[in-house]
Amino acid sequence: MIRTEEMLLNVGPQHPSTHGVFRIVLKIDGETIIEATPVIGYLHRGTEKLAENLQYTQIIPYTDRMDYLAAMTNNYVICHAVETMMSLEIPERAEYLRVIVMELGRIASHLVWFGTYLLDIGAMSPFLYAFREREAIINMLNEICGARLTFNYMRVGGVKWDAPDGWIEKVRDFIPYMREELAGYHDLVTGNEIFLNRVKGIGYYSKEEALDYSLSGANLRCTGTSWDLRKDEPYSIYERFDFDVPVFHTGDAWARYQCRMQEIEESLKILEQAVEQFPEEGPVMAKVPRIIKPPKGEAFVRIESPRGEIGCYIASEGKKEPYRLKFRRPSFYNLQILPKLLVGENISNLITILGGIDIVLGEVDG
Amino acid sequence: MMEDILYAQPGWTHVAIFFALGAALLMTVLGFVTYAILAERKVLGFMQMRTGPNRVGGRFGLLQTVADVFKLLIKEDTIPKLADRPLFILAPVIAFAPAFMVLATIPFSENMQFADLGVGLLYYVAISGISTIGILMGGWASNNKYSLLGGMRAAAQMISYEIPLVISVIGVILFAGSLNLNDIVRGQENIAYIFLTPIGFFVFLISSIAELNRTPFDLPEAESELVAGYHVEYSGFRWAFFMLTEYVYLFAMASLTTVLFLGGWMPIPFLGFIPGMLWFGLKFSLVVFFMIWIRGTLPRLRADQLMGFAWKVLLPLALLNIFVSAAVKELFL
Repeated sequence: MIRTEEMLLNVGPQHPSTHGVFRIVLKIDGETIIEATPVIGYLHRGTEKLAENLQYTQIIPYTDRMDYLAAMTNNYVICHAVETMMSLEIPERAEYLRVIVMELGRIASHLVWFGTYLLDIGAMSPFLYAFREREAIINMLNEICGARLTFNYMRVGGVKWDAPDGWIEKVRDFIPYMREELAGYHDLVTGNEIFLNRVKGIGYYSKEEALDYSLSGANLRCTGTSWDLRKDEPYSIYERFDFDVPVFHTGDAWARYQCRMQEIEESLKILEQAVEQFPEEGPVMAKVPRIIKPPKGEAFVRIESPRGEIGCYIASEGKKEPYRLKFRRPSFYNLQILPKLLVGENISNLITILGGIDIVLGEVDG
Repeated sequence: MMEDILYAQPGWTHVAIFFALGAALLMTVLGFVTYAILAERKVLGFMQMRTGPNRVGGRFGLLQTVADVFKLLIKEDTIPKLADRPLFILAPVIAFAPAFMVLATIPFSENMQFADLGVGLLYYVAISGISTIGILMGGWASNNKYSLLGGMRAAAQMISYEIPLVISVIGVILFAGSLNLNDIVRGQENIAYIFLTPIGFFVFLISSIAELNRTPFDLPEAESELVAGYHVEYSGFRWAFFMLTEYVYLFAMASLTTVLFLGGWMPIPFLGFIPGMLWFGLKFSLVVFFMIWIRGTLPRLRADQLMGFAWKVLLPLALLNIFVSAAVKELFL
């Protein structure tokens, strides 16, 4: 009779596949996980508390540092919340610029996910291919706002800078290029037998469980629930674009992969239309008072970030600073299902499942 | 030449010659390893649309590996406090020695072979099995949980894949009628065995990649899962020894593949004027390139899939190969 012992394994906070400073304390028997306890908070900076002492425009750079892979959507959610409270009218050109940069950000974010996920699974090259395309996007965003990651581009009432000459053409040229590269990814990865074996049926949860855990984004759409705020609760000018919401039904890592890859294509569709309809000229900033003071009251807005529903709640007392500010950070909510999914899996699957959820630690810890 | 020395009266001259030859082979292998690492980085770079090493030693980074090895040599030698000291020190040596020993039987050309053993193939397979112990030892002695998991994976994987590996070469032995590697090469004068036992070649190639712990079978050191697997606690020159083992085995395994299936130093018809050594080098480089190519393309398998693949797919195929090879030999040759 072989006597086996349980072993406590500390995965993270420094580990190649925890995508930042995330820690999981595992109780394992051989390689089988018996219990998993996630430990978060290594990157907590207290954004929400800090915001209480900051003027609204000053909060925007802090949002860049939450989900640093898709900072444009974070910029937008806070601006959108303040604009909703103040009932501001946003100029056309600014709205189009916002949509274009947000969709570019979504593609860049999904590319990072694709690359690092494959790196987790053990394939090396897709990572470099994905980062090459992301580099093209980052260069474009750099041109429009002068930063590669922490953009600080949007303002209450519009955007800070207009697009430089020829920028829209660059975005237009990028679309067919990205489509071509995407087809290349599918050739290299999507049909690969080893990849399919690694992701099919791994990390399954049902529609009900997904809703119980308040999952959103691709993590929810992989279970057959069609829920995309761009479609279901259109904000900005998304109702003008014709695009589909990719929905898959198997609820496993494979569905999440397909979902995200499809979303890149849908984002390209939106970009194509936005570039086509882009107004020739016009202001990029609405008429807003020098000091932004939303009226007394509260507001909650939510938009679709690459990782799911990002929400912003503001309670204002009519002052320059918010009385209370709260972000609904999708990575944090999506991560909650992890301990449940890990029980009974082995360490290889741990990496597949964690990677499939697509977390950004800056956002989890806030 | 080697025969004469072996059967002559023993004397100090002979010992010296043997020692010098051994040292020459070691230097050749180390030279190969140096440039195999560079080649791997360059080829991967080319596949991933980047340049690879390009600073140390000119535009092609010719001295990059030399600089890396030098850095490893002068690095502080750390041994974890709670490690099993003697085992920890012994493990890299036990892993490395067999990797070098197996090279003795490989015929690099008509007259370049260090030991023309009658059971050369058996010797290769038997000796290479020892490395597993070194790896398991390193994983255990480090007293680290990740190393332990890596060592366990390595042991399970290498033992499982050795079986299809050995059975897949039985086809070759049937055709050649000998375990002697020289006879096997000579048996391929008319047709390389890859055409006679394609299934055997397929099984052998996959098992050899698994034996080498290379992508897609790099589970024992799966970076994204076990950080560095069995050598997570090793640093400096001990770590370099584990890496050396890996690349010397790459050298040995590619040589064995060349000898068993690709006709070794035998030239392709009508090109016999090119020396055998060059033919060997060419075929050998093809095998090495193929392994690097695989590394640039494929993701990693999961531990249970890996074992399932060895026992449920490769082993039956290897057994089938024996039957098919025997039938081919009986009916066509």
